[in-house]
Amino acid sequence: MVNFKIQCYDMQRIIVLLVVVLMISCGSKEKKESQLLLAEGIPKLTVAVDDIHLPVYDFNGMEGLFHKDDHKTYVINFWATWCKPCVAELPYFERIYTEQKDNNVEVILVNLDMPKMWESNLVPFIKKKKLKSKVIILEDPKQNTWIPKVNADWSGGIPATLIYNNKKREFYEQSFTYEELNASLNEFIKK
Amino acid sequence: MKKTMNFALVGLLLVVSAFTVNDTIEVDGYAIGDFASDFNLMSTTGNMVSMADYPNAKGFLIVFTCNSCPYAVAYEDRIIALDRKYKGLGVPVIAINPNNPDVQPSDSYEKMKVRAKEKGFTFPYLLDDGQKVFPKYGATRTPHVFLLNKTKEGNKVVYIGAVDDNSSDASAVETTFVEDAVDAMLAGTPIEIKTTRAIGCTIKV
Repeated sequence: MVNFKIQCYDMQRIIVLLVVVLMISCGSKEKKESQLLLAEGIPKLTVAVDDIHLPVYDFNGMEGLFHKDDHKTYVINFWATWCKPCVAELPYFERIYTEQKDNNVEVILVNLDMPKMWESNLVPFIKKKKLKSKVIILEDPKQNTWIPKVNADWSGGIPATLIYNNKKREFYEQSFTYEELNASLNEFIKK
Repeated sequence: MKKTMNFALVGLLLVVSAFTVNDTIEVDGYAIGDFASDFNLMSTTGNMVSMADYPNAKGFLIVFTCNSCPYAVAYEDRIIALDRKYKGLGVPVIAINPNNPDVQPSDSYEKMKVRAKEKGFTFPYLLDDGQKVFPKYGATRTPHVFLLNKTKEGNKVVYIGAVDDNSSDASAVETTFVEDAVDAMLAGTPIEIKTTRAIGCTIKV
Protein backbone atom coordinates (compact mmCIF):
# COMPACT_ATOMS: atom_id res chain seq x y z
CA MET A 1 0.00 0.00 0.00
CA VAL A 2 2.76 2.34 0.96
CA ASN A 3 4.64 1.28 -2.12
CA PHE A 4 1.65 2.05 -4.27
CA LYS A 5 1.45 5.56 -2.90
CA ILE A 6 5.09 6.14 -3.62
CA GLN A 7 4.59 4.89 -7.15
CA CYS A 8 1.65 7.24 -7.65
CA TYR A 9 3.68 10.11 -6.35
CA ASP A 10 6.52 9.15 -8.69
CA MET A 11 4.07 8.83 -11.56
CA GLN A 12 2.80 12.34 -10.92
CA ARG A 13 6.32 13.66 -10.82
CA ILE A 14 7.14 11.89 -14.08
CA ILE A 15 4.04 13.35 -15.74
CA VAL A 16 4.90 16.84 -14.50
CA LEU A 17 8.45 16.36 -15.76
CA LEU A 18 7.22 15.14 -19.12
CA VAL A 19 4.94 18.16 -19.48
CA VAL A 20 7.81 20.47 -18.59
CA VAL A 21 10.10 18.73 -21.07
CA LEU A 22 7.44 18.96 -23.77
CA MET A 23 6.87 22.64 -23.07
CA ILE A 24 10.59 23.33 -23.20
CA SER A 25 11.05 21.39 -26.41
CA CYS A 26 8.09 23.09 -28.05
CA GLY A 27 9.55 26.44 -27.06
CA SER A 28 12.21 26.16 -29.70
CA LYS A 29 11.66 24.85 -33.17
CA GLU A 30 15.24 23.60 -33.43
CA LYS A 31 14.97 21.50 -30.32
CA LYS A 32 11.65 20.09 -31.39
CA GLU A 33 13.17 18.92 -34.65
CA SER A 34 16.06 17.40 -32.80
CA GLN A 35 13.68 15.45 -30.58
CA LEU A 36 11.74 14.21 -33.58
CA LEU A 37 14.85 13.34 -35.50
CA LEU A 38 16.05 10.89 -32.89
CA ALA A 39 12.63 9.93 -31.61
CA GLU A 40 13.46 6.22 -31.51
CA GLY A 41 16.64 6.64 -29.50
CA ILE A 42 16.72 7.73 -25.91
CA PRO A 43 19.82 9.65 -24.85
CA LYS A 44 21.60 8.11 -21.87
CA LEU A 45 22.18 11.61 -20.57
CA THR A 46 22.25 15.23 -21.66
CA VAL A 47 25.08 17.70 -21.28
CA ALA A 48 23.37 20.99 -20.45
CA VAL A 49 25.28 24.23 -20.00
CA ASP A 50 23.35 27.50 -20.36
CA ASP A 51 21.28 27.21 -23.54
CA ILE A 52 23.33 24.35 -24.98
CA HIS A 53 21.79 20.91 -24.64
CA LEU A 54 23.76 17.99 -26.06
CA PRO A 55 22.17 14.55 -25.95
CA VAL A 56 24.61 11.71 -25.28
CA TYR A 57 23.91 8.34 -26.92
CA ASP A 58 25.51 4.95 -26.96
CA PHE A 59 25.56 3.32 -30.40
CA ASN A 60 22.35 1.38 -29.87
CA GLY A 61 20.53 4.56 -28.97
CA MET A 62 21.84 6.31 -32.06
CA GLU A 63 21.78 3.52 -34.63
CA GLY A 64 18.33 4.43 -35.99
CA LEU A 65 19.80 7.69 -37.25
CA PHE A 66 21.94 5.77 -39.74
CA HIS A 67 18.98 3.92 -41.24
CA LYS A 68 16.17 6.44 -41.73
CA ASP A 69 13.83 5.61 -44.54
CA ASP A 70 12.15 8.93 -45.31
CA HIS A 71 12.47 11.58 -47.99
CA LYS A 72 15.40 13.35 -46.43
CA THR A 73 19.10 13.20 -47.17
CA TYR A 74 21.27 12.86 -44.09
CA VAL A 75 24.76 14.31 -43.87
CA ILE A 76 26.33 12.86 -40.75
CA ASN A 77 29.82 14.00 -39.84
CA PHE A 78 31.96 12.29 -37.18
CA TRP A 79 34.26 14.76 -35.47
CA ALA A 80 35.97 15.86 -32.26
CA THR A 81 37.28 19.18 -30.99
CA TRP A 82 40.79 17.68 -30.69
CA CYS A 83 40.80 16.64 -34.36
CA LYS A 84 42.32 19.47 -36.36
CA PRO A 85 41.14 18.43 -39.84
CA CYS A 86 37.64 17.93 -38.40
CA VAL A 87 37.57 21.44 -37.00
CA ALA A 88 38.91 22.79 -40.30
CA GLU A 89 36.02 21.33 -42.31
CA LEU A 90 33.17 22.17 -39.88
CA PRO A 91 32.45 25.53 -41.55
CA TYR A 92 31.64 23.65 -44.78
CA PHE A 93 29.09 21.50 -42.98
CA GLU A 94 27.63 24.63 -41.41
CA ARG A 95 27.38 26.23 -44.82
CA ILE A 96 25.70 23.14 -46.26
CA TYR A 97 23.25 23.20 -43.34
CA THR A 98 22.33 26.83 -44.02
CA GLU A 99 22.07 26.38 -47.77
CA GLN A 100 20.21 23.06 -47.79
CA LYS A 101 18.02 23.02 -44.69
CA ASP A 102 14.91 23.82 -46.74
CA ASN A 103 15.86 21.19 -49.28
CA ASN A 104 15.16 18.08 -47.17
CA VAL A 105 18.77 17.83 -46.03
CA GLU A 106 19.65 17.15 -42.40
CA VAL A 107 23.17 17.92 -41.20
CA ILE A 108 24.13 16.19 -37.97
CA LEU A 109 27.49 16.53 -36.26
CA VAL A 110 28.24 13.40 -34.25
CA ASN A 111 30.81 14.41 -31.66
CA LEU A 112 33.38 11.91 -30.35
CA ASP A 113 35.04 13.99 -27.62
CA MET A 114 35.84 12.09 -24.46
CA PRO A 115 33.48 12.63 -21.49
CA LYS A 116 36.01 14.74 -19.60
CA MET A 117 36.11 17.15 -22.57
CA TRP A 118 32.37 17.76 -22.89
CA GLU A 119 32.11 20.71 -20.55
CA SER A 120 35.72 21.89 -20.73
CA ASN A 121 36.20 21.79 -24.52
CA LEU A 122 33.07 20.92 -26.46
CA VAL A 123 30.56 23.38 -24.97
CA PRO A 124 32.97 26.35 -25.18
CA PHE A 125 33.79 25.33 -28.77
CA ILE A 126 30.12 25.28 -29.79
CA LYS A 127 29.58 28.66 -28.17
CA LYS A 128 32.67 30.21 -29.73
CA LYS A 129 31.93 28.91 -33.23
CA LYS A 130 28.17 29.52 -32.81
CA LEU A 131 27.47 26.14 -34.41
CA LYS A 132 24.01 26.00 -35.96
CA SER A 133 23.96 22.34 -37.06
CA LYS A 134 22.71 19.74 -34.63
CA VAL A 135 25.43 18.35 -32.40
CA ILE A 136 24.90 15.03 -30.67
CA ILE A 137 27.45 13.07 -28.66
CA LEU A 138 28.30 9.43 -29.31
CA GLU A 139 29.87 7.91 -26.22
CA ASP A 140 30.35 4.20 -26.70
CA PRO A 141 33.72 2.71 -25.82
CA LYS A 142 33.00 -0.51 -27.72
CA GLN A 143 34.37 1.05 -30.87
CA ASN A 144 35.37 -2.21 -32.52
CA THR A 145 31.72 -3.25 -32.31
CA TRP A 146 30.03 -0.11 -33.60
CA ILE A 147 32.54 1.29 -36.14
CA PRO A 148 31.87 -1.52 -38.67
CA LYS A 149 28.13 -1.01 -38.19
CA VAL A 150 28.46 2.55 -39.48
CA ASN A 151 30.55 1.35 -42.43
CA ALA A 152 32.37 -1.90 -43.07
CA ASP A 153 35.43 -0.14 -44.50
CA TRP A 154 35.86 2.52 -41.81
CA SER A 155 39.19 2.08 -39.99
CA GLY A 156 38.09 4.54 -37.30
CA GLY A 157 40.02 7.61 -38.42
CA ILE A 158 38.21 10.94 -38.26
CA PRO A 159 37.05 13.11 -39.90
CA ALA A 160 34.60 10.73 -41.49
CA THR A 161 31.22 11.44 -43.06
CA LEU A 162 28.18 9.38 -43.97
CA ILE A 163 25.75 10.73 -46.57
CA TYR A 164 22.61 8.76 -47.32
CA ASN A 165 18.99 8.84 -48.30
CA ASN A 166 16.54 6.10 -49.18
CA LYS A 167 18.20 5.57 -52.58
CA LYS A 168 21.92 5.97 -52.06
CA ARG A 169 24.54 5.65 -49.35
CA GLU A 170 28.22 6.69 -49.29
CA PHE A 171 30.84 6.77 -46.56
CA TYR A 172 33.86 9.07 -46.72
CA GLU A 173 36.87 8.52 -44.43
CA GLN A 174 38.48 11.78 -45.49
CA SER A 175 38.51 15.54 -45.13
CA PHE A 176 36.28 17.67 -47.35
CA THR A 177 36.61 21.04 -48.96
CA TYR A 178 33.34 22.92 -49.39
CA GLU A 179 33.36 22.16 -53.12
CA GLU A 180 33.95 18.44 -52.56
CA LEU A 181 31.26 18.23 -49.91
CA ASN A 182 28.77 20.11 -52.04
CA ALA A 183 29.56 17.95 -55.08
CA SER A 184 29.16 14.76 -53.02
CA LEU A 185 25.85 15.96 -51.60
CA ASN A 186 24.59 16.95 -55.04
CA GLU A 187 24.89 13.31 -56.10
CA PHE A 188 22.16 12.62 -53.56
CA ILE A 189 19.78 15.51 -54.08
CA LYS A 190 19.90 16.02 -57.85
CA LYS A 191 16.52 15.68 -59.40
CA MET B 1 50.46 31.67 -53.21
CA LYS B 2 52.93 28.81 -53.08
CA LYS B 3 51.46 27.81 -49.73
CA THR B 4 47.96 27.78 -51.20
CA MET B 5 49.20 25.60 -54.03
CA ASN B 6 50.79 23.24 -51.51
CA PHE B 7 47.55 23.04 -49.58
CA ALA B 8 45.64 22.36 -52.76
CA LEU B 9 48.08 19.62 -53.70
CA VAL B 10 47.93 18.05 -50.26
CA GLY B 11 44.14 18.26 -50.40
CA LEU B 12 44.10 16.58 -53.78
CA LEU B 13 46.45 13.87 -52.57
CA LEU B 14 44.28 13.31 -49.51
CA VAL B 15 41.19 12.89 -51.65
CA VAL B 16 42.94 10.56 -54.06
CA SER B 17 44.47 8.50 -51.23
CA ALA B 18 41.18 8.41 -49.35
CA PHE B 19 39.45 6.95 -52.37
CA THR B 20 42.29 4.50 -52.85
CA VAL B 21 41.98 3.38 -49.24
CA ASN B 22 38.24 2.93 -49.59
CA ASP B 23 38.49 0.97 -52.80
CA THR B 24 41.46 -1.21 -51.98
CA ILE B 25 41.60 -1.41 -48.24
CA GLU B 26 43.50 -4.73 -48.25
CA VAL B 27 46.06 -3.71 -50.85
CA ASP B 28 47.18 -0.50 -49.19
CA GLY B 29 49.46 -1.38 -46.31
CA TYR B 30 49.86 -4.77 -44.70
CA ALA B 31 47.16 -7.35 -44.28
CA ILE B 32 47.27 -10.27 -41.86
CA GLY B 33 49.85 -12.78 -43.11
CA ASP B 34 52.02 -10.24 -44.95
CA PHE B 35 55.68 -9.81 -44.04
CA ALA B 36 56.57 -6.42 -42.58
CA SER B 37 59.73 -4.70 -43.73
CA ASP B 38 62.31 -3.45 -41.26
CA PHE B 39 63.02 0.25 -40.65
CA ASN B 40 65.92 2.28 -39.37
CA LEU B 41 64.65 5.31 -37.46
CA MET B 42 66.03 7.74 -34.88
CA SER B 43 64.85 7.21 -31.32
CA THR B 44 64.39 9.87 -28.66
CA THR B 45 67.60 8.66 -27.02
CA GLY B 46 69.55 9.56 -30.14
CA ASN B 47 70.31 6.13 -31.61
CA MET B 48 68.98 4.50 -34.74
CA VAL B 49 66.65 1.54 -34.13
CA SER B 50 65.76 -1.40 -36.37
CA MET B 51 64.02 -4.68 -35.68
CA ALA B 52 67.31 -6.31 -36.73
CA ASP B 53 68.80 -4.94 -33.50
CA TYR B 54 66.78 -7.56 -31.58
CA PRO B 55 68.25 -10.91 -32.67
CA ASN B 56 66.58 -12.78 -29.81
CA ALA B 57 63.08 -11.31 -30.21
CA LYS B 58 60.20 -13.65 -30.92
CA GLY B 59 58.13 -10.83 -32.33
CA PHE B 60 57.42 -7.12 -32.12
CA LEU B 61 54.63 -4.81 -31.05
CA ILE B 62 54.94 -1.93 -33.50
CA VAL B 63 52.77 0.89 -32.13
CA PHE B 64 52.12 3.97 -34.25
CA THR B 65 51.47 6.68 -31.68
CA CYS B 66 52.20 10.33 -30.99
CA ASN B 67 52.20 13.11 -28.40
CA SER B 68 49.30 15.13 -29.69
CA CYS B 69 46.38 12.72 -30.00
CA PRO B 70 44.15 12.37 -26.91
CA TYR B 71 43.56 8.71 -27.73
CA ALA B 72 47.29 8.07 -28.00
CA VAL B 73 47.82 9.83 -24.67
CA ALA B 74 45.02 7.78 -23.09
CA TYR B 75 46.90 4.62 -24.07
CA GLU B 76 50.43 5.61 -22.98
CA ASP B 77 50.30 3.83 -19.63
CA ARG B 78 48.81 0.74 -21.22
CA ILE B 79 51.54 0.67 -23.89
CA ILE B 80 54.22 0.91 -21.19
CA ALA B 81 52.49 -1.97 -19.37
CA LEU B 82 52.51 -4.05 -22.58
CA ASP B 83 56.24 -3.47 -23.00
CA ARG B 84 56.92 -4.36 -19.35
CA LYS B 85 54.89 -7.54 -19.66
CA TYR B 86 56.14 -8.80 -23.02
CA LYS B 87 59.70 -7.49 -23.48
CA GLY B 88 60.99 -10.19 -21.14
CA LEU B 89 58.99 -12.77 -23.09
CA GLY B 90 60.65 -11.71 -26.33
CA VAL B 91 58.04 -9.32 -27.75
CA PRO B 92 59.19 -5.75 -27.18
CA VAL B 93 57.22 -2.59 -28.02
CA ILE B 94 58.67 -0.25 -30.63
CA ALA B 95 56.70 3.01 -30.85
CA ILE B 96 56.78 5.10 -34.02
CA ASN B 97 55.45 8.65 -34.34
CA PRO B 98 54.14 8.86 -37.92
CA ASN B 99 53.05 12.49 -37.89
CA ASN B 100 54.67 15.29 -39.86
CA PRO B 101 56.04 17.71 -37.23
CA ASP B 102 55.68 20.60 -39.70
CA VAL B 103 51.92 20.03 -39.65
CA GLN B 104 51.66 18.99 -35.99
CA PRO B 105 54.41 20.89 -34.08
CA SER B 106 53.64 19.12 -30.79
CA ASP B 107 54.86 15.91 -32.46
CA SER B 108 58.35 17.26 -33.21
CA TYR B 109 61.42 15.19 -32.38
CA GLU B 110 62.24 17.58 -29.50
CA LYS B 111 58.72 17.28 -28.04
CA MET B 112 58.91 13.50 -28.43
CA LYS B 113 62.06 13.50 -26.29
CA VAL B 114 60.26 15.50 -23.62
CA ARG B 115 57.24 13.20 -23.62
CA ALA B 116 59.33 9.99 -23.55
CA LYS B 117 61.21 11.30 -20.52
CA GLU B 118 58.10 12.60 -18.71
CA LYS B 119 56.26 9.31 -19.06
CA GLY B 120 59.35 7.14 -18.62
CA PHE B 121 58.84 5.19 -21.83
CA THR B 122 60.50 1.78 -21.43
CA PHE B 123 60.57 1.28 -25.21
CA PRO B 124 62.17 3.15 -28.11
CA TYR B 125 60.09 6.04 -29.41
CA LEU B 126 61.02 6.68 -33.03
CA LEU B 127 60.24 9.46 -35.47
CA ASP B 128 59.09 8.30 -38.91
CA ASP B 129 61.26 10.97 -40.48
CA GLY B 130 60.10 11.52 -44.05
CA GLN B 131 56.96 9.47 -43.33
CA LYS B 132 58.09 6.44 -45.32
CA VAL B 133 57.31 3.71 -42.78
CA PHE B 134 53.67 4.25 -41.78
CA PRO B 135 52.29 4.06 -45.36
CA LYS B 136 54.09 0.71 -45.88
CA TYR B 137 52.39 -0.67 -42.80
CA GLY B 138 49.09 0.95 -43.69
CA ALA B 139 48.73 2.69 -40.35
CA THR B 140 45.81 5.10 -40.62
CA ARG B 141 45.53 6.58 -37.16
CA THR B 142 47.17 6.85 -33.76
CA PRO B 143 47.33 4.65 -31.78
CA HIS B 144 47.50 1.77 -34.27
CA VAL B 145 49.16 -1.51 -33.26
CA PHE B 146 50.83 -4.10 -35.53
CA LEU B 147 51.86 -7.36 -33.90
CA LEU B 148 54.62 -9.14 -35.82
CA ASN B 149 55.59 -12.77 -35.37
CA LYS B 150 59.27 -13.38 -36.13
CA THR B 151 59.58 -16.42 -38.37
CA LYS B 152 62.37 -17.82 -40.55
CA GLU B 153 60.77 -16.14 -43.56
CA GLY B 154 60.43 -12.76 -41.89
CA ASN B 155 58.32 -10.69 -39.53
CA LYS B 156 54.80 -11.83 -40.22
CA VAL B 157 51.86 -9.51 -39.44
CA VAL B 158 49.49 -11.41 -37.13
CA TYR B 159 47.36 -8.67 -35.56
CA ILE B 160 46.39 -5.13 -36.64
CA GLY B 161 44.27 -2.75 -34.61
CA ALA B 162 43.52 -1.35 -31.19
CA VAL B 163 45.19 -2.17 -27.87
CA ASP B 164 41.90 -3.11 -26.22
CA ASP B 165 38.19 -2.44 -26.39
CA ASN B 166 37.94 0.64 -24.18
CA SER B 167 39.93 3.73 -25.05
CA SER B 168 38.46 6.02 -22.46
CA ASP B 169 38.57 3.80 -19.38
CA ALA B 170 41.33 1.25 -18.79
CA SER B 171 39.45 -0.19 -15.82
CA ALA B 172 36.38 -0.97 -17.95
CA VAL B 173 38.26 -3.00 -20.59
CA GLU B 174 36.56 -6.29 -21.37
CA THR B 175 38.73 -7.64 -24.19
CA THR B 176 42.49 -7.04 -24.27
CA PHE B 177 42.96 -7.52 -28.01
CA VAL B 178 46.74 -7.11 -28.09
CA GLU B 179 47.47 -9.17 -24.98
CA ASP B 180 45.22 -11.95 -26.23
CA ALA B 181 46.99 -11.90 -29.59
CA VAL B 182 50.53 -11.93 -28.09
CA ASP B 183 49.59 -14.70 -25.66
CA ALA B 184 48.21 -16.82 -28.48
CA MET B 185 51.23 -16.10 -30.68
CA LEU B 186 53.65 -17.11 -27.93
CA ALA B 187 51.61 -20.22 -27.13
CA GLY B 188 51.50 -21.15 -30.80
CA THR B 189 47.70 -21.19 -30.83
CA PRO B 190 45.50 -19.39 -33.38
CA ILE B 191 44.84 -15.70 -32.74
CA GLU B 192 41.10 -15.35 -32.41
CA ILE B 193 40.65 -11.64 -33.16
CA LYS B 194 43.14 -10.59 -35.83
CA THR B 195 41.92 -7.11 -36.73
CA THR B 196 40.05 -4.48 -34.76
CA ARG B 197 39.03 -0.91 -35.29
CA ALA B 198 39.09 2.13 -33.05
CA ILE B 199 38.52 5.84 -33.23
CA GLY B 200 41.84 7.59 -33.51
CA CYS B 201 43.55 10.66 -34.85
CA THR B 202 44.31 10.57 -38.54
CA ILE B 203 48.01 10.70 -39.34
CA LYS B 204 49.16 14.22 -40.17
CA VAL B 205 50.90 14.36 -43.56
